[in-house]
Amino acid sequence: MQYERPETLKDAVGLLAGSKGKAYVLAGGSDLLVRMRGEYIEPDLVVDIKSVKGLDKVTRTAKGFSVGASVPCAALGENKALKKAWPGVVEAANLIGSKQIQGRCTISGNLCNASPAADSVPALVAANAKAVIAGPKGKRRLAVEKVVTAPGKTALGKGELIESIELAKPASRSGDAYLRFIPRTEMDIAVASAGVNLTLDAKGVVKSARVALGAVAPTVVLVKDAAKVIIGTKLEDAALEKMATACAKACNPIDDKRGTIDFRKKVSGVLAQRAAKIAYARAGGKL
Amino acid sequence: MAGIAVSTTINGDEVEYLCNADETLLDVLRDRLELTGTKEGCGTGDCGACSVMVDGRLVCSCLVLGAEAQDKSIETIEGMADGADLHPLQQKFIEHAALQCGVCTPGFLIAARDLLERNPDPTEEEIRFGLAGNLCRCTGYDKIVRAVQDAAQEMKGK
Repeated sequence: MQYERPETLKDAVGLLAGSKGKAYVLAGGSDLLVRMRGEYIEPDLVVDIKSVKGLDKVTRTAKGFSVGASVPCAALGENKALKKAWPGVVEAANLIGSKQIQGRCTISGNLCNASPAADSVPALVAANAKAVIAGPKGKRRLAVEKVVTAPGKTALGKGELIESIELAKPASRSGDAYLRFIPRTEMDIAVASAGVNLTLDAKGVVKSARVALGAVAPTVVLVKDAAKVIIGTKLEDAALEKMATACAKACNPIDDKRGTIDFRKKVSGVLAQRAAKIAYARAGGKL
Repeated sequence: MAGIAVSTTINGDEVEYLCNADETLLDVLRDRLELTGTKEGCGTGDCGACSVMVDGRLVCSCLVLGAEAQDKSIETIEGMADGADLHPLQQKFIEHAALQCGVCTPGFLIAARDLLERNPDPTEEEIRFGLAGNLCRCTGYDKIVRAVQDAAQEMKGK
């Protein structure tokens, strides 16, 4: 195995694109090293992107925030401006693993690992985040929900890597939230999860909404029907019931000892309802 | 294989070593530098026995490559005591008998120090959540939590 630590994005892309064998990007390594040590993968090349300038920072732009690909999730929790703007995204990112894992893991890595149960991904999808992808043909932007195509598979081509995740400046009277169900209280992988992002009008009526579910389908799913039934409402019980039904319909879960199909369908709706209420309160709405 | 030449700082000392590309920082510490205080439990980032600080961040050294340590500052359990003077956490772990087999202890101490540096007056719940990345199969955690609480009190008094 060859280890490289390029200092520019161009060199990182060049190394990945020029590799004849199996090449992997190393950011936090909390998934990559586990897979290497478990001999699930045998890389010929590992490209450590932590020395690439700029990727280690959260930048505030005119349009919002840009989270560099090598920023550890612990640093997101320490970023007051980001936490204020996107509390749901930051909470989701801070749920990944232990404090030790938080010191290394990244949201770009969480996305590229392409697990259906990735905690930060439903929150990012709800937040309408975009992945900025660098590659041999230049840069492109892709909505986060389009990055993962199947468990363990992404839309990234040879030589491509995520350089940052962009989050827009939140609209006024908006809020987001993320909740997951795990059988224990800490350090576990979601059995079902939901991210919700809402914008209200001056009267507290939901003007726009995005609802995303995790761990209940091969990829995180953006549930447009769940958003549709709460738009124009103040999250009255009837609207929330319709949202839960829409969520259950969008589920295509596995059936295992951690959660049956019926359980996951039911719980995804409950989590979406609760997350919606938190997001609603964060947007300044009164239930 | 010639190996990768790495220059780093460990517990304040400049250190140079050669390691293989796929070798972890944990293996470098234990097998090349004879810093065997850092333990290997699971080797997959679940148990926290291999906890060290890298540039002020608590990490599992089993999930860091030795090559990544270039130009970093690493802190291990060997740097925790000041000569013969134990760190208050080390002293309290002894007083409260917060260890039995001891394999998890260096990781707990490193993680607990990081916890108290970030939050000098944690609640019991904050300690339990804060140390959730460190597993102990002997003590049942109560004694560890009490030792951390007691150390926090003592460190506040200083």
